[in-house]
Amino acid sequence: MTHLEPASGTDADLGDTVWVEETSWLDKVPRAVQMIFVFAVFVLFWDLVTRFGLVSAIILPTPLETFLDLIFVGKNLLSGGYMLAALWITLKEVFYGFLLALAIGFTLGVIVGETAFGERAIMPYLVAIDTMPKVAFAPLFVAWLGFDIDSKVALAAFIATFPIIVGTAAGLHAADTNSRNLFKTMGATRWQTLVKMKLPMALPQIFTGLKIASVGVMAGAITGEFLGGGKGFGELIRTAASQLNTPRVFSLILYLSVVGLTLFALVSYAQRRIVFWQKDRVAGGVE
Amino acid sequence: MQPAAVLTGQGEPVYQLRNVGKTYARNAITALESVNLTLTKGSFSAVIGSSGCGKSTLLKIMSGLIPPSTGRVVLQNRPVTGPRRDIGMMFQQATLFPWRTTLENIVLPIEIRDGKAAARAAEVQARALLELVGLKGFEHTYPGELSGGMAQRASICRMLITEPAVLLLDEPFSALDELTRDFMNMELQRICSSRNATAFLVTHSIPEAVILSDVVYVMKPRPGRIAEVVTIDLPRPRTLDMMTTPKFGQIVEHIRSRLDKEAFI
Repeated sequence: MTHLEPASGTDADLGDTVWVEETSWLDKVPRAVQMIFVFAVFVLFWDLVTRFGLVSAIILPTPLETFLDLIFVGKNLLSGGYMLAALWITLKEVFYGFLLALAIGFTLGVIVGETAFGERAIMPYLVAIDTMPKVAFAPLFVAWLGFDIDSKVALAAFIATFPIIVGTAAGLHAADTNSRNLFKTMGATRWQTLVKMKLPMALPQIFTGLKIASVGVMAGAITGEFLGGGKGFGELIRTAASQLNTPRVFSLILYLSVVGLTLFALVSYAQRRIVFWQKDRVAGGVE
Repeated sequence: MQPAAVLTGQGEPVYQLRNVGKTYARNAITALESVNLTLTKGSFSAVIGSSGCGKSTLLKIMSGLIPPSTGRVVLQNRPVTGPRRDIGMMFQQATLFPWRTTLENIVLPIEIRDGKAAARAAEVQARALLELVGLKGFEHTYPGELSGGMAQRASICRMLITEPAVLLLDEPFSALDELTRDFMNMELQRICSSRNATAFLVTHSIPEAVILSDVVYVMKPRPGRIAEVVTIDLPRPRTLDMMTTPKFGQIVEHIRSRLDKEAFI
């Protein structure tokens, strides 16, 4: 019954079929080189635009001016100058805003995702509020909480809460029928089902919400400072802009983006540690 | 292949269904009509039928997930009025939780029932079960690193840890490739006989039902009902070689003909 390969005489003169798949030369270039290349093209274009006076220097500073100002601001931050004090205030607003959003968003998310009452009676109102332009609430927060950091924390938390609610509620619905039936047949209480099965299963989506929130909380804090005064980084930007000091505006924004990236990276790190079993994750992405 | 009346089970009855019916009020569909069956101690039974023949409904009723509309459902002399601790279940997917190690997954039913301390105490039995299913050494592995067949072995352990009176198996290996599936079926037979377990299998595969079972219930749809009870009198232990014997082929052919008649109406 065994069948042997046919004698090799028929194809002896043909040789091995070895061939190479076609790949673009660009795909072989290391990622770092590609990124540096894009950055260099961007700076070159920027430099040409300013060098030949296509755009007024007041509107767009040269790359060199911006770079020098970056160093100036960096020195001020490192030497504990007034900018560090401003950054510290903004960091506090972002931190408290994020914690507040996490506490409120998670609690509301569990209520909305776990109870039929929450889904039917509370969710419609949350959706309605979510569709409002939340920045428009800033003057109200100032009126209620004053010009200190409280009003900025409130706006930051207000903006960051909704993605956490949505992430938590959607995550709680992610449990599959088998898991639910398994917990039922094991005689699990509602609390056990929530804590031992639904919440762990919801974690990937909760973290997606947290990542969106980490971006929103920055926007909330800075907008709060724009509209309600205060002593944070947003106020520095507003002052620099009113003095037409565009290099300063640019460098302050760049330092803020470092803060934003750090917060995002912290959330991503926490996700990798806590949701260690989740493998299909786009690096650094929201999904 | 005698009719049901001639069937003489050796063990005492463990699970009994009498005139069980189910009508869904939502769309007034009779999913199940007058189902009678008895699972005796240590027996292996299978139910087979096309999609929509009511076998899922039957299994849900037997597992206490939904109530019947009519009839009596009695497990170990007590009516089933909800999920029960003496019922073990297994699904098409292993349904292991990826944040728990294999060992932690297996003692989960104990943890739910009696708390963390009892679960820790049950780890001794869990290790013995892992050895029984050939998963020794994988205690602290996370399910993400187990193959499909290994994951189903672990879910067998989780089902057995509470020492249930009856095992309800909902197409347990149908997501596995055919070679693994055949092998796992033989493993299932070995595990069930070593523990004298009473098992009830829902499947789409006629050969699988025949090779594993003492009794095969053939179900037909609209309304879902048991059309025939087929006693499989192949000797035990069953082997995969038996699947090539004429007798096995005859039984499979008989069941197939019973299913074909109404399958496409």
